[in-house]
Amino acid sequence: MATPARKSRVFRNLNAKIAAVPMIFCSVVVFLGFSIWTVVYSFTSSKLLPKANFVGFDQYERLWSNSRWLVSIENLMVFGSLSLIFTIVMGFTLAVLMDQKIRFEDTFRTIMLYPFALSFIVTGLVWQWVLNPDFGIQGIVRGWGWESFSFDPLNNPKLVLYGLLIAGLWQGTGFVMALMLAGLRGIDEDIWKATRVDGIPTWKTYIVVIIPMMRPVFITTLVLVAAGIIKLYDLVIAQTSGGPGNASQVPAMYVYSYMFQAQNLGQGFAASTMMLLSVLIVLIPWAYLEFGGKKHG
Amino acid sequence: MADATVNGAVAGSEASPRGAKPARRLSGRNIMIYGTLIVVCLYYLLPLWVMVMTSLKGMPEVRLGNIFAPPVEMTFQPWVKAWAEACTGLNCDGLSRGFWNSVQITVPSVIVSIFVASVNGYALINWRFKGSEVFFTILIFGSFIPYQVMLYPMVVMLREMGLYGSLTGLVVVHTIFGMPILTLLFRNYFASMPEELFKAARVDGAGFWRIYFHIMLPMSLPIFVVALILQVTGIWNDFLFGVVFISKAENYPMTVQLNNIVNSVQGVKEYNVNMAATMLTGLVPLIIYFISGKLFVRGIAAGAVKG
Amino acid sequence: MKNFKLAAGLLLSVALPSGAFATDLEITHWWTSGGEAAAVAEFAKAFDATGDHWVDGAIAGGGDTARPVMISRITGGDPMAATQFNHGQQAMELVEAGLMLDLTDVATAEGWKDKIFPPSLLDACTLDGKIYCAPVNIHSPEWLWLNNKVYTDLGLPVPTNWTEFVASAPQVEAAGKVPLALGNQPWQSNLAFGAITVGVGGLELWKKVNVDKDMDAAAGPEMAAVFQAAADARKLAAKSTVQDWNQATNMVITGEAAGQIMGDWAQGEFAVAGKVAGTDYTCLPGLGMNAYLSTGGDAFYFPKLADPEKEAAQKRLAALLVSPEAQVAFNLKKGSLPIRGDIDMGAANDCMKKGLEILASGNLLPTGDMVWSPDVQTQAGDLMVEFWKTDMSAADAQAKWVEILKSGL
Repeated sequence: MATPARKSRVFRNLNAKIAAVPMIFCSVVVFLGFSIWTVVYSFTSSKLLPKANFVGFDQYERLWSNSRWLVSIENLMVFGSLSLIFTIVMGFTLAVLMDQKIRFEDTFRTIMLYPFALSFIVTGLVWQWVLNPDFGIQGIVRGWGWESFSFDPLNNPKLVLYGLLIAGLWQGTGFVMALMLAGLRGIDEDIWKATRVDGIPTWKTYIVVIIPMMRPVFITTLVLVAAGIIKLYDLVIAQTSGGPGNASQVPAMYVYSYMFQAQNLGQGFAASTMMLLSVLIVLIPWAYLEFGGKKHG
Repeated sequence: MADATVNGAVAGSEASPRGAKPARRLSGRNIMIYGTLIVVCLYYLLPLWVMVMTSLKGMPEVRLGNIFAPPVEMTFQPWVKAWAEACTGLNCDGLSRGFWNSVQITVPSVIVSIFVASVNGYALINWRFKGSEVFFTILIFGSFIPYQVMLYPMVVMLREMGLYGSLTGLVVVHTIFGMPILTLLFRNYFASMPEELFKAARVDGAGFWRIYFHIMLPMSLPIFVVALILQVTGIWNDFLFGVVFISKAENYPMTVQLNNIVNSVQGVKEYNVNMAATMLTGLVPLIIYFISGKLFVRGIAAGAVKG
Repeated sequence: MKNFKLAAGLLLSVALPSGAFATDLEITHWWTSGGEAAAVAEFAKAFDATGDHWVDGAIAGGGDTARPVMISRITGGDPMAATQFNHGQQAMELVEAGLMLDLTDVATAEGWKDKIFPPSLLDACTLDGKIYCAPVNIHSPEWLWLNNKVYTDLGLPVPTNWTEFVASAPQVEAAGKVPLALGNQPWQSNLAFGAITVGVGGLELWKKVNVDKDMDAAAGPEMAAVFQAAADARKLAAKSTVQDWNQATNMVITGEAAGQIMGDWAQGEFAVAGKVAGTDYTCLPGLGMNAYLSTGGDAFYFPKLADPEKEAAQKRLAALLVSPEAQVAFNLKKGSLPIRGDIDMGAANDCMKKGLEILASGNLLPTGDMVWSPDVQTQAGDLMVEFWKTDMSAADAQAKWVEILKSGL
């Protein structure tokens, strides 16, 4: 940690500044600097080692005409939107149920939240096993007598995303439920008293009054889940390895594959830049909504 | 408004739930609520049940098919094999090696990342200086950037520093990438502490570090516990950084080793060993979670619901 | 007095070097299946016997998983002492960047240029006249492996070539068996396609497209027939849902599947399962259509290390790997062909003998890795795996394939 060489009133709060150097270094150099470096080098034809021979948009042209990349993007959009919708709907519904002064609330919450403590690798492997056609659900139902029962999403290119979805929801819904529950609990008792006095039924209260009041929580959840989805990697690696064929490929895998296996850094950088772009597209509107132009960002 | 909701939410998890007082009988409403919750819980518990059951069976029994049935002949052999004997290549020490690697990775990473982030949060709130908020915003944005975008330059930076492939390098990586969320966590917590304390200490002539160690630290034990839980689970469960930044197979963390053992095959797949291995890997964060469930939930809510 | 001192000095100078420096060398590779592990143990044994020590660094998951790790270490400044790569361009940029040890002096001392056959093995790692690798085996990818029992049970003759295999496939399928076992990883789809190209299209066509890089031939009618044959084969592999190559081989071993297109390294799996060539299983090089081999395989590269003692040990290892005894021991266990013709492979089984004959006759081709960059190989793999697992039309696949090849010119 080097002492920053600044001047005059900078020496006020010097200790604080020194202590905060890691953060400044980290945020500027790493998050800003590295991202810019990657974007810049995506315009080169770097192979195994980065080289500054600039080739304009070539890497992007190639990227967007690559069938595997296009499948990855499509997969991410389908998986992403389904995941978002189901996670939030399920999370909210469960939170509402949990909010109803039930017994064993702690037990229920513990059960719903424990998958969140597990690694994506563990989740992917477990669900690969449960969905195994010979030993998993399909095998068992067939064993019960329904010979023609078919439930083999992981080997069916059209259904494999749903197999991933089942695992992803299992892991993430509990977390969203906890967030929503915290939000629900933060709503003033008086609001409820008022709606009860007015004779509005509970379910209507939820939809018309509560949800709009929980807007910040919803938006935050949306952003968190969306940001997590874009980074999707571990789960797919463990559960399907991108298969069958390329049916469950995701952009993060394309990046890794081309950066490190195909020895084509330029392609990998172009793909990562696209990932960065998509995150910004999600984030910038949110930042504007949240901070309304007061803080810049 | 959002701030109030957050703090209210954090404090309010202890507040009383909604709805009318439950009637102590099987009303339609109760059946629906409990029924739904129980069905949902089955969905959540199913994989755990399958994992445990499969890991206690011998392979012939596994092949017979019913993954839901408890073992007829219970055996702990798969657990022993997963821990001590499973092979990756010529090294057959099982997951035990990965376990100790994960411990070696997690302990320093957690300590360093929490210390650095708490100091950051403290500096941000109590010692604002020009530009501090800007850097904080960049930091938060940074937490959303996909890791792949920053992977390769990070490799280069570590190499230049001579840290690539070493434990120290991985600790640095975890600290850097854990900084945004943790700093936010501490910042919000310190922001909710009464300012008078801080002002009084300053009047007494205490400086930056004295206040940190003598006042902030002792008063924020709860949030430290929350950060500890978040980081331990997060770092223990990490896969991507373990694969990219650890170069010698004997230093792989448990998650990477697990994926290797299960997804690369020597002849026949031994499902029971694989399940035992999966459980062993998930055990540490699970235990921490079960011990401190409520704190964990509060931590997620506090840290993630931004204001 | 003087004589005594002289004698003592001479004695010491002779006695000291041997066994005085026992150096540890870390060696990485991706040989983790049963047969492979047994083979690499032979090398380790031989090296340990010389006084130095083989520190094993096996990386699970196959070449595609292991190579990025190996390369990261080398470019990241934490290199191992020796590492496996396939013959070809995989390590080319590393050599160009000056990160690999020059082995020309070892090669000259041991006479590699005369003994190693075919010369393309050394050419693949020669830059500006300097040699940078020690080839250790020859593996050929285009073999058809058949389970004899599946056919005899059905009263059918065991096929002797690809055409007969395809003809009898409907009956095999009707009996509930998978005609063609195929793992899900991209390189396996690539491999199967390459084998079918030579099997159905012939050697000349393969050379035109891959060696001469004739794009008109690649887009032409002969290749279109190859793609059609691959599309037909695709139907035969439709029910094969395993991931790794040795799981697919296992399907053939247990009789769940009738056949697999896989390289000669599949022998190791049959051997470990106790099966006998000719009796329990049949191996057809070149899919039985054209008796030839492409000379892929493995070579060890030695990243530059700063320590001169280690460098000396690296050179000792390089010489050992190519030496006759080590070659016999290693290749017999691995099921691959040795890189030199002057050794006795009498203990080889039927399939290896077939391979040795072809090798001696000189019917050889370079492999994809030798003629195309890893980038082209990865793209081709992506295309092939998609082709084999969806109903992409043969014409579409050919058009995309030509695009990929053009990008690598």
